[in-house]
Amino acid sequence: MLHVQGLTGGYGKELIVKNVSFDVQPGEILGILGPNGSGKSTLLKMISGILPKQAGSVKIADRDADSYSPKEFARNVAVLPQMHAHAFSHTVKATVELGRYPYQTGLFSSWTTEDEAAVTHAMERTGVTRYENTLIESLSGGEQQRVFVAQALAQQAPLLLLDEPTNHLDIAYQQQLLDTVRSLAVDEGKTVVSVFHDVNLAALYCDRLLLMENGEIAKIGSPQDVVREPIIQSVYKAAVKTQAHPELPKPQMTLLPSMNDSVEVPLVVDETQFTVTADSVQFHAPHSLKTVSSAVHNPGTGWYTTFVNRHVDANYECDDVKKEMEDYLEKSGHHLTDTVGMMTAVQTLHVEIASFADEGVSIVIAVTAGVGNAVDVSMAREREAHVGTINTWIIVNGRLSDEAFIQAMITATEAKTRALQTEKVLDPLTGTQATGTSTDSLLVAATQIGQELPYAGPITPLGKLIGTGVYECTIRAIQTYKEAKGWKG
Amino acid sequence: MRKPLIAYIVSAAVLLTAVGLGVSIGSVHVPISTLWNQGADTTATNILWKIRMPRVILAGLVGASLAIAGAAFQGLLKNPLADPYTLGVSSGASVGAVMTLFFGISIPFLGLYTLPVFSMVGAAITMFVVLGFAKLVDRGLNMETIILTGIIFGSFLGSVLSLMIALTGEELRQIISWLLGSVSMRGWNYINMILPFTIIGSLLLWMNRRELNAMLFGEDRAKHLGVDVKRRKLVILIGGSILTGAAVSVSGTIGFVGLVVPHMTRLIWGSDHRHLLTLSFMNGATLLIICDLIARTIISPTELPVGVITAFIGAPVFAFIFYRQRKGGTA
Repeated sequence: MLHVQGLTGGYGKELIVKNVSFDVQPGEILGILGPNGSGKSTLLKMISGILPKQAGSVKIADRDADSYSPKEFARNVAVLPQMHAHAFSHTVKATVELGRYPYQTGLFSSWTTEDEAAVTHAMERTGVTRYENTLIESLSGGEQQRVFVAQALAQQAPLLLLDEPTNHLDIAYQQQLLDTVRSLAVDEGKTVVSVFHDVNLAALYCDRLLLMENGEIAKIGSPQDVVREPIIQSVYKAAVKTQAHPELPKPQMTLLPSMNDSVEVPLVVDETQFTVTADSVQFHAPHSLKTVSSAVHNPGTGWYTTFVNRHVDANYECDDVKKEMEDYLEKSGHHLTDTVGMMTAVQTLHVEIASFADEGVSIVIAVTAGVGNAVDVSMAREREAHVGTINTWIIVNGRLSDEAFIQAMITATEAKTRALQTEKVLDPLTGTQATGTSTDSLLVAATQIGQELPYAGPITPLGKLIGTGVYECTIRAIQTYKEAKGWKG
Repeated sequence: MRKPLIAYIVSAAVLLTAVGLGVSIGSVHVPISTLWNQGADTTATNILWKIRMPRVILAGLVGASLAIAGAAFQGLLKNPLADPYTLGVSSGASVGAVMTLFFGISIPFLGLYTLPVFSMVGAAITMFVVLGFAKLVDRGLNMETIILTGIIFGSFLGSVLSLMIALTGEELRQIISWLLGSVSMRGWNYINMILPFTIIGSLLLWMNRRELNAMLFGEDRAKHLGVDVKRRKLVILIGGSILTGAAVSVSGTIGFVGLVVPHMTRLIWGSDHRHLLTLSFMNGATLLIICDLIARTIISPTELPVGVITAFIGAPVFAFIFYRQRKGGTA
């Protein structure tokens, strides 16, 4: 649909776009990215014929763009400009009607039913019909932008060029607008080329991205190929980290601010910082710890300061455990967004807390263990789940990588299973060796200050501490549990 | 445009009323019935058809020309303060006209139209020089830049006029009163002089009503919508110059009509040029007919130049629009 070959040009003598070539197919959205001054808007202006080109060619529908008359061009290419203020105001309807200008011919420019239908359709499509007699200046920025989308749609052009369409829009409008653009491409086969300021939005909505640097193409390809740490860092000269979108197979990036001001005194966690009562085990950190857990409240990955392992009755039953947990935490004066909460039927006073240090690495481990629901995972069938019975916390003084978190969890789980084996805990249903209980929970938190700890496999310094620490604490916790229950160890 | 039909009916009614008042009120009262009453008093018929009617029609044509030109300039430049007067175009037209009188130029085949044609050429040259200079100063063509440039060139042309007047001697008084802007004692001749240009100029502008709508969103946007911006802009500027030149050649410089009328019309009926141009045309005629009526009756038997009245109304409106614009509101 759009074929750009060796496009070169700029303002006056200064070349802003140099030798840019690419193709866009019908139904495809191409996002143009790049730092300020990289020439992305200039490129779009050259394609839309606002700026003259000094070399190269632009072909639209296999025809040279220069060979179109102004009206013909507008029937084939609709441009959505950046938002700006206007001196005089039209009504919404009159504004959208201007989109039919390229279809008007003759002195009296008769308005056809087709024109009317296109305008009505465009206004419905963008949800601005109810404003049709309102002056655009009295609409909010997002609504105004929708009116201009409607105007562009009324042009019924197969190629859409957008210049930072979401500028000045709040996120709901950004989403609405880009969802509309997406469905124009997917459902109606329109070809879309859009300049983006926001790398993440572009990665979310575009099929391909074109990254500009100093007027040239730095990279063109799928979002996965373009939104990569080394590429973004070198083009944008900014420290970023990329990660997967939580729900979609699209890359997203976040800035890494250079903040050295957060912690003056490095935090070193040890067992004395834990508060143990008959009601709960609590640990409160002076700053947030990066945490991965299978807790009841705030599971998954996040940054938290407060960690609560709460004692509940063995017959605890509740329809909405999460809600009940929130109520409990709130009542106990904890801030819900800063807190990770687990529960156990085990007496919290029986918690095993210990610090372990070696080779300059130090961790704190806290385990509450009850083995009433012990399960051999290899023989597990359908069983009723009871309240979690082995809750393990591992708090690391150091900076963990993503893989270190996962390895820490593997290592801890292996150590726990080994402890059950040592204590000869059996699955009461099968009589075989138990590997855990039905609802065990695990939490790994790290201060993310100080020493880099990239790995936590069983033979790394950190892995060794976790392995032996979890093993020892779990054994002691099980022994305490057995004594309390009056079992003979 | 909310209710176009109503807008046209109201404007036409007001215009007809103004014409009626214009022909009947004056030092001698002439009943409107004289218009159709065959057996009316001869003196009244004479006053009506020889003095009042041409004066009213001339005022109407001048007002209409200036107003529609103002509306088009404002739309084209996206500038609510633009009008033939503030842009200095009227002064350019005056210089063209006064030069014709001063040098006694008469081009044979133009005859009667020598004066308006020179006036239009003066207007067009000024227009392009002002816009060219403004663009040189500020590519974005800011509102203030255009107006300042208009004032600079207007003052310069004003001094050229003063020089020529100083050099004329005996015809001095005539030229001065003409310069102040007046439609008095012109007769049907003058109507013949302006009418074809009013029609041509207005048609040129009206043919670009949609383009003007598109250009309100900026020239780039208009281009995106398929407007042949360069050509259309040229046509609009030429149309505006024809109208201004023609108006100035018959009545001298009458300020602010082109500013006030489109502004008021836009305020009441919206800024859709498909209607704004025609409505400004009608309302411009009405305003100048009424201003002229006031000019010749307010301190009767002495007549004020009508430009005094329009400036008296126009300057405060100008100030008001400027204030609103600077305060972020839109006109």
